[in-house]
Amino acid sequence: MNATVSLTRPAVSVAIEGVNLSYGDNHVLKDIDLAIEPGEFFAFLGPSGCGKTTLLRLIAGFNRADTGRVTIGGRDISSLPPWKRDVGMVFQSYALWPHMSVRRNVAFGLEERGVKRAEIERRVEAALDLVGLGHLAERRPSQLSGGQQQRVAVARTIAVEPKVLLLDEPLSNLDAKMRVQVRRELRDLQQRLGLTTIFVTHDQEEANTICDRIAVMNDGVVQQVGTPMELYEHPANLFVAGFLGTANILKGRVVGSGAERGFEIDGQVRFPVAAGVAIPEGSALVFRPQHASLVDANEAPEGALTLPCVIANREFLGASIRYGARIGATEVSVDMPFQSGTDLFEIGSAARLTLRPRSLHWLPV
Amino acid sequence: MTAVPTTPSRARAFSATPGQIALALAIAAFLLVFLVLPVATVIYVAFTEKGTSTFTLVNFHDFVRSELFMRSLWNSFYVSAMSVAFASVLALPLAYLTTRFAFRGAAIVQTLGFLPLIMPPFVGAVAMQLFFGRNGSINLLLDDWLGVKIDFMEGLNGVIFVQSVHYFPFILVNLSAALRNIDRAMEEAAQNLGSSGFRLFRRIVFPLALPGYLAGASLVFVKVFDDLATPLLLNVKDMLAPQAYLRVTSIGIADPMGYVISVVLIIASVLAMWLSALALRGRDYATTQRGGGGLARRVMRPHEAVLGYGVVILILALVLAPHLALLLLSFATIWSFSPLPDAYTLAHYGRVFGESSLYIKNTLIYAMLAGGIDIVLGVAIAYLVLRTRLVGREWLDWMATAALAVPGVVLGIGYLRTFYGITLPDGTPLAALWITIVLALAIRRLPYALRACHAALQQISVSLEEAAENLGATKARTVRRIVVPLMTGGILAGFVTSFATAAVELSATLMLVQSNSDAPLAYGLYVFMQSAAGRGPGAALGVVAVLLVAACTYLSHLIVERSQKAKGSGHRP
Repeated sequence: MNATVSLTRPAVSVAIEGVNLSYGDNHVLKDIDLAIEPGEFFAFLGPSGCGKTTLLRLIAGFNRADTGRVTIGGRDISSLPPWKRDVGMVFQSYALWPHMSVRRNVAFGLEERGVKRAEIERRVEAALDLVGLGHLAERRPSQLSGGQQQRVAVARTIAVEPKVLLLDEPLSNLDAKMRVQVRRELRDLQQRLGLTTIFVTHDQEEANTICDRIAVMNDGVVQQVGTPMELYEHPANLFVAGFLGTANILKGRVVGSGAERGFEIDGQVRFPVAAGVAIPEGSALVFRPQHASLVDANEAPEGALTLPCVIANREFLGASIRYGARIGATEVSVDMPFQSGTDLFEIGSAARLTLRPRSLHWLPV
Repeated sequence: MTAVPTTPSRARAFSATPGQIALALAIAAFLLVFLVLPVATVIYVAFTEKGTSTFTLVNFHDFVRSELFMRSLWNSFYVSAMSVAFASVLALPLAYLTTRFAFRGAAIVQTLGFLPLIMPPFVGAVAMQLFFGRNGSINLLLDDWLGVKIDFMEGLNGVIFVQSVHYFPFILVNLSAALRNIDRAMEEAAQNLGSSGFRLFRRIVFPLALPGYLAGASLVFVKVFDDLATPLLLNVKDMLAPQAYLRVTSIGIADPMGYVISVVLIIASVLAMWLSALALRGRDYATTQRGGGGLARRVMRPHEAVLGYGVVILILALVLAPHLALLLLSFATIWSFSPLPDAYTLAHYGRVFGESSLYIKNTLIYAMLAGGIDIVLGVAIAYLVLRTRLVGREWLDWMATAALAVPGVVLGIGYLRTFYGITLPDGTPLAALWITIVLALAIRRLPYALRACHAALQQISVSLEEAAENLGATKARTVRRIVVPLMTGGILAGFVTSFATAAVELSATLMLVQSNSDAPLAYGLYVFMQSAAGRGPGAALGVVAVLLVAACTYLSHLIVERSQKAKGSGHRP
């Protein structure tokens, strides 16, 4: 065992292979395959009930898969009980034991491992210093603020130098300001330790800001894996497009050919589409509000695709203004940057919606 | 931290109305006269020379020098401590089984929690003699088969046996609740850090459940220490509570030793409560945090299930034994030196509903009045404490709750001494009137009714009342039209609990019953059970009492459930 908390063990990979899990008729995890690189900060992102926490608890050993296996550093841990897995988990509720001081909480895992007393003391100090709580070691958990409790929970887990760090919605019990601060601290800590870390969250902003890669999950299925930018720029399906940021999703069909080729929505609105663009059968047109813009009804910018529209509503968002632009029976959101003095489009007035062809996505419905 | 001074306008907004002040004063006067004064009288007499008002410690000196009293003191401690120990032995495995395993027997075990409410322990004492006594069913069978007899019921053993079988559910209920309230993540966090099995139980689960265990254990200790009728019926006289009773009834109300013993009883029960409060300080873990869910339950393996059911059935048999014996006895013609009665009859019930129906009528009146007084006081005190800024309102709460620490026999002696001197115009002393029995019962049960009312009021959002006031209702009308209707479930539950437990209370009333025509059911039971010939009718009366209390308990359960359901669907506070 090593004297300090700075990571002296090499980081390990985590692999989830062909995992299925059901509670009775409820198929919670469906054919999950994921490979997490050593030292990576990885997120399971999805709405509540998507199976992300179940998957995390499966890695910690609190759930058992019906099929498939979990390996850490190439070693199959599927049959090990939780107390032999050596993966550290920070619980959503922190789960600090109220009958023990902060110091005793942090020392617990080391005591269970039979580490020598002097060694325990040193490593508890180191872990508490790492999260900046050395001065509160003798307090009871109930005497700490939410942010401090969260840091104690992290210190308790990293004090045992786990192979992998699992974080179950660690920021959900903090207020908005603390959340931003603590997520930076977590990222910073993970970078310093170089520890393979898996982070469960339903908040895309949290995942985007601190994670290297994200697995977006829905309904027990991994929808897409990638870096935050990849997911945003090239969503694999409508769920990912809608879950990461706002997206206009328009369903319709391809009509005509050559110069007449277009994407028809509701049998009336027609987006012109160049002949070279391949559109798979049954696709929806997807674009983000900030990738569209509005110009005066009589303007026609070069190289852009334009359609006449009517302004249906207007919301002030601070840095931008979100317009609802109605094209026939369809309404799309368009974000225009806001600066003082900008002329605004009035509700009910006519305008032209313009789109850059390369910012359009065609995704299977 | 510096105290933030309340602004004058805010202080005025929260100061009490004249009506509230009058109400508080009336309650304070009631509690002073019927709780504080009698107890203070007992303490005063214990510390003064007989017949004078000179302060003295000589009475305590006599107490310490008396071999009988010192033995009684030791016996009371010994019996209480051993009862806690045996009750723990019964309760621990049941609590563990029901909270850690997915176990069909759990529902049966949970209903055991109501049994102590249903039958006073002294009724069980006689019935237990028939099964476990020297010539009871079990020993007769043991003698036949193995040629041995076991002294379950001899002397102090008998008291310990009866009390621990009777009171163990207090530990079971408190401990199970504590175990169930532990956040599952508490256990999982320990497993995640490498802990498992018995170490996990010892380091995490048990410490978190300890407050529940201590609360139950101290309750059992105090109840056993104060119990008067069980040792008396088992013919054990050298314990403190029976000694206090015997001194006052045989030597007389002027004899100081009864008062000295009373003071010792008060000290012991205050001490036990203080120690448990001390042990619990800073440990009131609200561990049902955001995660919640209770501990993980495991499905039992076949051999574990066999063992589990074995333990449950054995304990269940033990718990049901007094009830079964009582039922048999109530139908028995003669039951002596045989495992089962010789023949069966309905004559005992005929007698109970004939000449003894007076006991039942008295009990219904007394318990109803006591329950009524309790909920009126309970609602009023809860309202004053939770909804007004009246200075000293907590004192009302503390005073009412302090009744918990006053043993029934002490209250009885206090009433006799305090109110015997006060006579009505026609010359009868106040203490001889049946109304004093009602008042003693009301004071004894007030802490429980107050808790129920307090809890009911606490659940009502203040904004519901503010909305009524905003729409023009005065304080008094708001209470009548909003607060009381919303509290109905809690109030009824408090009433039924007070009623049911007052119906079988004996330790205070034993002192205060002056004539047979004023006697309640529990007193009649006690009188019947003392003679061999009276045991049959006594048992029949006991069955009636058990059914009465069981019906009430079930009723209160129904009321609470229905009112919770109604509120749950109606609105969310």
